[in-house]
Amino acid sequence: MELLWIFLGSIFVNNIILSLFLGNCPFLGVSTKSGTAKGMGVAVIFVLVLASIMTWLAYNFVLVPLDLRYLYTLAFILIIAALVQFVELALKKINPALYKSLGIFLPLITTNCAVLGVAVINMNEGYGLAASVVNAFGSSAGFLLAIILMAGIRERIDDNADIPKCLRGLPIALVTAGLMSIAFMGFAGLIK
Amino acid sequence: MKMNPLKVIKNGVITENPILVQCIGLCPALATSTSAVNGMGMGIAAAAVLVGSNVVISAIRKFVPDEIRIPIFIVLIAGFVTVTQFLISGFFPELDKSLGIFIPLIVVNCVILARAEAFAFKNGALDSLFDGIGTGLGFTIALTALGAARELLGNGTIFDIKLTPAGFQPGLLAILPPGGFIALGIFMGAFRKYQERKAARQGKPEPVHAAGCAGCAMSGQCGAAAKGGGN
Repeated sequence: MELLWIFLGSIFVNNIILSLFLGNCPFLGVSTKSGTAKGMGVAVIFVLVLASIMTWLAYNFVLVPLDLRYLYTLAFILIIAALVQFVELALKKINPALYKSLGIFLPLITTNCAVLGVAVINMNEGYGLAASVVNAFGSSAGFLLAIILMAGIRERIDDNADIPKCLRGLPIALVTAGLMSIAFMGFAGLIK
Repeated sequence: MKMNPLKVIKNGVITENPILVQCIGLCPALATSTSAVNGMGMGIAAAAVLVGSNVVISAIRKFVPDEIRIPIFIVLIAGFVTVTQFLISGFFPELDKSLGIFIPLIVVNCVILARAEAFAFKNGALDSLFDGIGTGLGFTIALTALGAARELLGNGTIFDIKLTPAGFQPGLLAILPPGGFIALGIFMGAFRKYQERKAARQGKPEPVHAAGCAGCAMSGQCGAAAKGGGN
């Protein structure tokens, strides 16, 4: 039951983009077409879930026993970078079709602060392995939801001639994200 | 190549301001600009890491093989971030609490990796030092200004000094997440207007605006993703 609350909370209440501000670069950079946005979102789910398992294992079985907790930033980013490289290679060999649709997004995800951010949140909250995975899945599903909504909106407003010239593109996308964020605040009452 | 330090710094602060022009490093900018103090703290922390990583990377650039430069950059940056993290939690525990996970996340701040890739890897240590100072200063100024505006609207204060009359009802929304998005959008729009005016006055062609994370170190792949991606 608690896992369900973590899941719902990480998708809606603490949406990774609209309330925690993690992963804004791909959210704003890759949200001009909904097909691309969907690919990015799925790739983020894939990497985030894997990364949260790996970082949880590394933290609890390597860093804590050796009393090297303070090195977590360095350890986590190395794990994420290595993992992304490995996933890219493995996917290329095992499932070329999937690689074709997700592969191009993978290198970007190394420096996506959502991945490192969720790993750090899992650590700070003291989540167990199951809770970490659920939180990672929920957060990345929240990312997918937000980026698809955003792409849908941007496809319609980007050519709108009524928008002042200096606001076109990114500035108006940011204001749109603000309005989406207000809407998502409505979920705050969902979980106490 | 000899560069004028002042020009390099001005380039980082105005011409290529990381937040308002290159539009990179937006996550910390949105999340930590809830007050002027927080914005400034984040800006200075990131600037310190940027100056350190820029100098070290440009000093070792001749020994770093091209293929594995990104992992090496990331490890170096993570080292500087860990040091900064200790300094902040030791000397400014308050700031440490309000910045929270965004201190370790300086590692993945694209401003730092972007400068390493675009500048430090190609230029000498001294120029990279000035570039770090300039870009860091531009980042800090943008964050402080954004923080000040949000703090004034959402709390009626700037740097914790009350500036509004007693009857002023603060709009809490400005310091909540939506306020960050909207304020940054308006700031960016205003800065673009200023650039356009300036270009028109000097008779130059209108500046081309970054479409997304174009200034990011990964923009090569990102551009490819944006064009050829999707189903």
